[in-house]
Amino acid sequence: MSGQKLLSTIGFYALVVVIVVFSVFPFYYAIVTSFTTGTDLFKINYWPRAFSWANYETVLGGRNFVRSIWNSVFIATTTVVFALFLAVTASYALARVRFRGRGLLLMMILAVSMFPQIAVLAGLFELVRFLGIFNTPWAMILSYVIFTLPFTVWVLTTFMRDLPVEIEEAAIVDGATPWIIITRVFMPLLWPALVTTGLLAFIGAWNEFLFALTFTSSETTRTVPVAIGLLSGASQQEIPWGPIMAASVIVTVPLIILVLIFQRKIVAGLTAGGVKG
Amino acid sequence: MAKIELKNVTKSYGAVQVIKGIDLTIEKGEFMVFVGPSGCGKSTLLRLISGLEEITTGDMLFDGERVNNLIPSKRGIAMVFQSYALYPHMKVYDNMAFGMKLDKTSDAEIRKRVENAAKLLQIDHLLDRLPKQLSGGQRQRVAIGRAIVRDPRVFLFDEPLSNLDAALRVQTRLEIAKLHHSMSNVTMIYVTHDQVEAMTLADRIAVLRDGRLEQAGTPAELYEHPNSLFVAGFIGSPKMNFLTGKFAEAEGCTTLGVRSEHLEVVDNSPWTGEVLHVEDLGSDHFLFVEIGSDEPVIVRRPGKATIPVGTRVSIAPKPGHLYRFDKDGKPVR
Amino acid sequence: MATNTGGLSLTQQRQRAAFWFIAPMLAALFFVAAWPLIRTIWFSLTNTALSDLYGGEWIGFDNYLSLRILESGRWIWRGTLVDPAWWNAVWNTVRFAFVSVFFETVLGLIVALVLNAEFKGRGIVRAAILIPWAIPTIVSAKMWAWMLNDQFGIINDIMLNLGLIDQKIAWTASTETAMYAVLMVDIWKTTPFMALLILAGLQMVPRDIYEAAKLDGVNPVKVFFRITLPLIRPALAVAIIFRMLDALRIFDLVYVLTPNSAATKTMSVISRENMIDFDKFAYGAAQSTLLFAIIAVFVSLYIWLGKVDFSGEGQR
Repeated sequence: MSGQKLLSTIGFYALVVVIVVFSVFPFYYAIVTSFTTGTDLFKINYWPRAFSWANYETVLGGRNFVRSIWNSVFIATTTVVFALFLAVTASYALARVRFRGRGLLLMMILAVSMFPQIAVLAGLFELVRFLGIFNTPWAMILSYVIFTLPFTVWVLTTFMRDLPVEIEEAAIVDGATPWIIITRVFMPLLWPALVTTGLLAFIGAWNEFLFALTFTSSETTRTVPVAIGLLSGASQQEIPWGPIMAASVIVTVPLIILVLIFQRKIVAGLTAGGVKG
Repeated sequence: MAKIELKNVTKSYGAVQVIKGIDLTIEKGEFMVFVGPSGCGKSTLLRLISGLEEITTGDMLFDGERVNNLIPSKRGIAMVFQSYALYPHMKVYDNMAFGMKLDKTSDAEIRKRVENAAKLLQIDHLLDRLPKQLSGGQRQRVAIGRAIVRDPRVFLFDEPLSNLDAALRVQTRLEIAKLHHSMSNVTMIYVTHDQVEAMTLADRIAVLRDGRLEQAGTPAELYEHPNSLFVAGFIGSPKMNFLTGKFAEAEGCTTLGVRSEHLEVVDNSPWTGEVLHVEDLGSDHFLFVEIGSDEPVIVRRPGKATIPVGTRVSIAPKPGHLYRFDKDGKPVR
Repeated sequence: MATNTGGLSLTQQRQRAAFWFIAPMLAALFFVAAWPLIRTIWFSLTNTALSDLYGGEWIGFDNYLSLRILESGRWIWRGTLVDPAWWNAVWNTVRFAFVSVFFETVLGLIVALVLNAEFKGRGIVRAAILIPWAIPTIVSAKMWAWMLNDQFGIINDIMLNLGLIDQKIAWTASTETAMYAVLMVDIWKTTPFMALLILAGLQMVPRDIYEAAKLDGVNPVKVFFRITLPLIRPALAVAIIFRMLDALRIFDLVYVLTPNSAATKTMSVISRENMIDFDKFAYGAAQSTLLFAIIAVFVSLYIWLGKVDFSGEGQR
């Protein structure tokens, strides 16, 4: 290997290391902090020094945080199930049936998925009040439809388009109606896509902040992001960094595990939602 | 079991007309092959008969009954697709049973019919497998089996052999022929771009070109009496030699056609030239002779090649085997 | 002749099913998107208060702009369009959007190029860059708020040790650095997403093009600018606009990382603040309507530039 080539190889791997460290370090540091208590917090630690579960006990011991986790799980799951249910049939129609106005419809759905959520906040606030669901999980479930539904429809439509035409035609010859085609032929083939899309929508709903902040007023109805966002001490100097980091780690670890398991599929799903027309 | 009549059938996609008025009758129990170059409309025609596409104008009758807008499953058809189109998540048994299950056929009846078809096609040991565990040829049989169990009036094949390798293609072709003999009352319609498949399988062939029916007839009729330059050139392998210019003028036509096997090497003839290339197939061989026509003339001779490349030879057509066409490509009688 | 035209044709059957498949989705979208949007715009034309949503009166465009001429002859302009706080938010948002998207694109391109190369451990790198993306925004904001803490933050420590700064900086609190803090976190969190989108574009470039360039001995930098960049430009353009839309509506990161800082307050933040916290519901609605209008322009741009294939027949 020539010197120049060696140098460029070293440079390349140095770049790789920088990318990895830059990506992972903040989360690593949050973990380190979450195991640190007392005055140790106010010393800069690059490596874990002490190891204490105290912060986790503080977070999980307070009833409200556990409650928030359940709120988030319930809200995100319900939203995703609802969105997938509506999206599977709609995306079949959008991907597989020719009808006038299909292009316009898809354009509209894409446009809605890029809506600034703040633009509907006032109207949704009125709707939530009108329905009497303010400060209940249903307020979030209702409002999260605005971003989960267009997203799932859009992504599933791109997946649905890629299914072979002849399989559908074989089913038609076999006497399958559109509903049978979806439920008994396409759904079993689309499982991976459904899982990916559902997971991405779940992450979206899990992370949502604006609506959850606006439509809840008590600690017991908060979702995880709101609970963490509003976790604070009496003053700037008394912010409970240890428990905050512990809470952060608790809500992030499951997501990271899911994301790493479904890595490849998530990349495909993200790309389908973003670039691929 | 069905007689199919097409009466002035057209099909348009928007402003584009792909089927431009076809009249054709397919008799009960007949094996009809649609053949033509790609884009001629043969697959579209098959899909119109299947009901997967609807005809734009004209009429389509199955046993005298108008089926223009009838959905495929009510037409009594079964279809074998080019890609087999097996349901990837269903076992072979369920693939074959799916249509009957939707029909609410009794389980016992389904089992009986699937097993009979599987036995006929020698796939009865594969019923518990998924399509991805099968070879290409086996998948093809399952696709055929799925069609058989429906007990159709009409059997439709859309280029079913094009995904198989050459050896398997010949074998499967034979099996489809056998199937036709054993189900002699079922009408079969088969689409292919391969004229050899057409010639070997068909009772009758319909040659399509550019959305129109060019000629329909038995393989022998098409081979011996092509009623256009196009059919003459499309049917037969190697392709019929076409001579124009002075060669054609001498016979009083615009294009003169002669098949390679109807040419002989003779001692003296106006058609004289150098042998450019020789293809030896063992049983017979082809000479490519440059006699000053647009393309080298191909001569088919039995046995092993004896004339080396570069030799000057004279060739002449056997008497009574010349095809003459006018400037519109129609035969001169 | 027996006819059999009764019953639906295949096309009719499918179109009818399509209608029933799409109707519930459209109804849901109308309910949660179209109707609230219409109501927001309506509110922006009234003087509705948060405490009395149905007590508002129609005041036309006064929330946007109104002119009152006092008896003394002085002209007084009122409304969002002459509100310095609003223009500050617009400026913050635009600055944030352009700077963050610029860095995310450049860094994303670098990461994508690295991931597009074949090397040992590529899977690990890809997994690693997915981590910032997977972390909820609020959590990232808190993590970085801790790292950027003026006294105990590790960033100040690192920078002091490296000699980059000579005294500790109150990153999130100081008006001079608050925007940098927001940008830093957003770039960290979103570059992976950008990189994945660009990577998808890169992977569509046929490998043999590179092989050919290599055989011809073309300098890699030249290959990048002359071959790679033009080929991925469509994917890049779409990714940039996609990100831009996201950046323009940023709310949560700013709200949590730098609360109540005028230096970072964006359009979304100021709209919500007026709507919910300051009891200027209709005024906030007007501001969010303006943001909607701005984003609508970008969405049109995306659809136009992205040449998104809605027919589902071409491309691919």
